[in-house]
Amino acid sequence: MSGKVRTADDVVGELADGMTVGIGGWGARRKPMALVRAICRSNLRDLTVVAYGGPDVGLLCAAGKVREVVFAFVSLDAIPLEPYFRRARESGAVAAREMDEGMMLLGLQAAAWRVPFLPTRVGLGSDLPRLDPALRTVRSPYPDGEELIAVPALSLDAAIVHVNLADAGGNARICGPDPYFDDLFLEAAARRYVSCERIVPTAELAAAGPVQELRVNRLMVDGVVAAPRGAHPTSCAPDYPPDEAYLKTYAARAKEPDGWRTFAEETW
Amino acid sequence: MVTRADVCAAAIADCFAGDGEILANPIGTLPVLGARLARELYEPRLVITDGEAMLAADTPPLGAAPDVVEGWNPYRRMFDLVWGGRRHVMMGASQLDRYGNQNLAAIGDDHARPKTQLIGFRGAPGNTINNPTSYWVPRHGPRVFVERVDVVCGIGYDRAAALGPVAARFHDLRAVVTDLAVLDFAPPEGRMRLRSVHPGVTVADVVAATGFELVIEDVAETRTPTEAELAALDRLDPDDLRAREVPA
Repeated sequence: MSGKVRTADDVVGELADGMTVGIGGWGARRKPMALVRAICRSNLRDLTVVAYGGPDVGLLCAAGKVREVVFAFVSLDAIPLEPYFRRARESGAVAAREMDEGMMLLGLQAAAWRVPFLPTRVGLGSDLPRLDPALRTVRSPYPDGEELIAVPALSLDAAIVHVNLADAGGNARICGPDPYFDDLFLEAAARRYVSCERIVPTAELAAAGPVQELRVNRLMVDGVVAAPRGAHPTSCAPDYPPDEAYLKTYAARAKEPDGWRTFAEETW
Repeated sequence: MVTRADVCAAAIADCFAGDGEILANPIGTLPVLGARLARELYEPRLVITDGEAMLAADTPPLGAAPDVVEGWNPYRRMFDLVWGGRRHVMMGASQLDRYGNQNLAAIGDDHARPKTQLIGFRGAPGNTINNPTSYWVPRHGPRVFVERVDVVCGIGYDRAAALGPVAARFHDLRAVVTDLAVLDFAPPEGRMRLRSVHPGVTVADVVAATGFELVIEDVAETRTPTEAELAALDRLDPDDLRAREVPA
């Protein structure tokens, strides 16, 4: 192990039972699946997983790693409902802390900025406060006196994300059109891990595209993992699209006991 | 021949008429098609996405990339639009009640162990309290239109009224378009009202397919698309994907 460069198993070795782990990407897009598979193969348990969820959440649930999922959705995109997650919920195996998509952004931002909450109108009138009794409101101290939802900081013990390119120090480039919330997941976490298609020298990283794609820098990163095709079967634009045929097979195997196992053991 | 899907597309386009320069954010095949139809023919200032992170300068057919990109709108920017109010979303619904409360999250009363786990709250709480919201239901039936939704994700007029005028000042449920009818919400209580039935559908059909009492006053027949609209639909949906969502 030199500097920040790690293997996927090294990263898993730095995690512990009961941790709250944030996972970057969105649905079936740019999920750090190599790291997720490594967690599935480990002895880790009782994780709280925070994600804009896709097969990452489904696989971790199927592998029995999850105590609670914090989510606004879990979906395979082309297949709307994630079957492993669905089964875990319907059997009562994992707890759910439901959120609005934007609320999750605010919770991560509050954690990144080290404030206890951020106010929003989002959630008022909905069943989110009923399902999450810890959720509080706050009254504006200004003359309007408005009552708003106080989204609590969503502090993460660890965050894992997958990007296109990184250097060994943890600077990283997201080449696809959407950075999702990956930088925010990293900034909300105590331990921050980036897997990437390729580790390249800093000069090459800098020359690979516009500066605005350098969404992640080394201030946000503790460990870098080289994981070619590390988002498969989710997409990693522009390097590869989602593997829809694979996702279809993955979803179909949800009916079989231990059907998930081949998907966690596979290496790419 | 005009199909039911064509009628739905034109009815959805009508939902976006008059919106001006806002983001039309339709979710689902027919909502996307309807919003693009509106932009193509009578609401050219509407802003639309490519379904991902780009804003399309032209109006591409379903599944095609735009020729010209006019802006960048990754998911994180979407919340700026939602919370700033410059957006009209058309969402789906697993359940809807008479006040427009919407459920996308779960069926069943036991949150620890739902009978059916659905996709989740998505952006429904934030959408409904911040920007105009309409709904699209491709299969109008009593399992969707229910007396009481199991989980309130998107908030209806009764919930908004209970919050008071300040908290709910941006709450604005517009229309519900289904494969059978067009509905809206009758003031002052905001109860769901049957506006029109599609050609070939009777009021009795809609009543039978709805699990609560609708406001029924003057019910029209939903208009059929014009020749110009049918031509535009063929250009925007050359593979007839709309027929998969609403079979003829």
